[in-house]
Amino acid sequence: MTSTTIAPNPAPNPAFASRAAWAWTLAFLAAWIALYASLTPIADALLSLLPLERGTHLAEAVHFFIYDTPKVLLLLTLIVFVMGVVQTFFSPERTRALLAGKREGVGNVMSASLGIVTPFCSCSAVPLFMGFVMAGVPLGVTFSFLISAPMINEIALGLLFALFGWKVAVLYLILGLFVAILAGWVIGRLKLEHLLEDWVREMAQSANAKETEVPQGMGWPERFAAGRHHVREIVGKVWPYILGGIALGAVIHGYVPEDFMAAIMGRDAWWSVPAAVLIGVPMYTNAAGIIPVVEALLAKGAALGTVLAFMMSVIALSLPEMIILRKVLKVKLIAIFVGVVASGILLVGFVFNAVL
Amino acid sequence: MKIIKVLGTGCANCKNTLKLIEEVAKARGVEIQLEKVEDLKQIMTSGVMSTPGVVIDDKVVHAGGVPSREKVEGWF
Repeated sequence: MTSTTIAPNPAPNPAFASRAAWAWTLAFLAAWIALYASLTPIADALLSLLPLERGTHLAEAVHFFIYDTPKVLLLLTLIVFVMGVVQTFFSPERTRALLAGKREGVGNVMSASLGIVTPFCSCSAVPLFMGFVMAGVPLGVTFSFLISAPMINEIALGLLFALFGWKVAVLYLILGLFVAILAGWVIGRLKLEHLLEDWVREMAQSANAKETEVPQGMGWPERFAAGRHHVREIVGKVWPYILGGIALGAVIHGYVPEDFMAAIMGRDAWWSVPAAVLIGVPMYTNAAGIIPVVEALLAKGAALGTVLAFMMSVIALSLPEMIILRKVLKVKLIAIFVGVVASGILLVGFVFNAVL
Repeated sequence: MKIIKVLGTGCANCKNTLKLIEEVAKARGVEIQLEKVEDLKQIMTSGVMSTPGVVIDDKVVHAGGVPSREKVEGWF
């Protein structure tokens, strides 16, 4: 984040406000590119100031920390900003209107994709769920959205991109979509409408939900402002976790011997995938803390499929979310939901380890 | 007098929204009746899905996240 977070001034002249917003955004992008290009020289200079000899455990750990921290924070800031702008084009209300009346199959694919770009906060998961069901969005299609929205988020994608490169980030995106579509479709096939809480079904049948189109009317200045706000909100909140994660990753890099993880999380240990999912489901941490650790494990011989399965189960399935959803779903449906999603993740882990 | 309802199931953002509206109304000297709606059924019948939502005189003016101060000022 740059320090030029100017408070949006209520300029009376809209043309001026628009020019200012464009100027600010272009300046931000230019500063970003300049900083990103000079990352290695700056890190080299910093490292040369420290009395460390390359090859020692401590030097390797410090090296990892100094190189990765600014890179990760920079990339995350950019991706979160872009996502903040993109999300202004979508709203849960609009997504619902797009999904209402869609059949299963097509509907699952659409809702999983819309889950990536629609602004979503797990605190409004319940109103959102209700809104979808009452508007006649099929249950399985609703679940596709509920799985993809938290799992494929900008923090996970940004960090994967920063630490593993774009290929792994795209892979995570595609596999996440796959799990969301498949799990939603399976839940739809199982015909579980009777496992919704009774009051939910009553409301869905009375169907007196108003289709309210929330007034949008946004110009680019507002969209950029939303992007900046998104950065302040998300990067401002997760950076301590990222620092913690990178620090832990740095320790692993410096002190844990090469191939240490190969026996436990390597490709040949088939049981490591279910074990990773089992450990991952009850764990609740945001992607920010987990990914730098995962990167370090990977460097020590863990298999990518196992690692991705672990990440997905940590991010997609969490105890707090289950408790929130308990308001609208019976326990049995929650159990089925967890089971189906975990199976999908398991499949991803196995296929990955087999193919790569 | 405007009747303003803030819809939300008690998350931090809902409280912030409530406070912001109160502040702006006071600063402007506008008299309002502020209500907090936490009942899920009521929230759903208003058509809002992303909380917090703001309803002024039975019309939804905002949904999802804390509104910006300028937006709130525009309501008065």
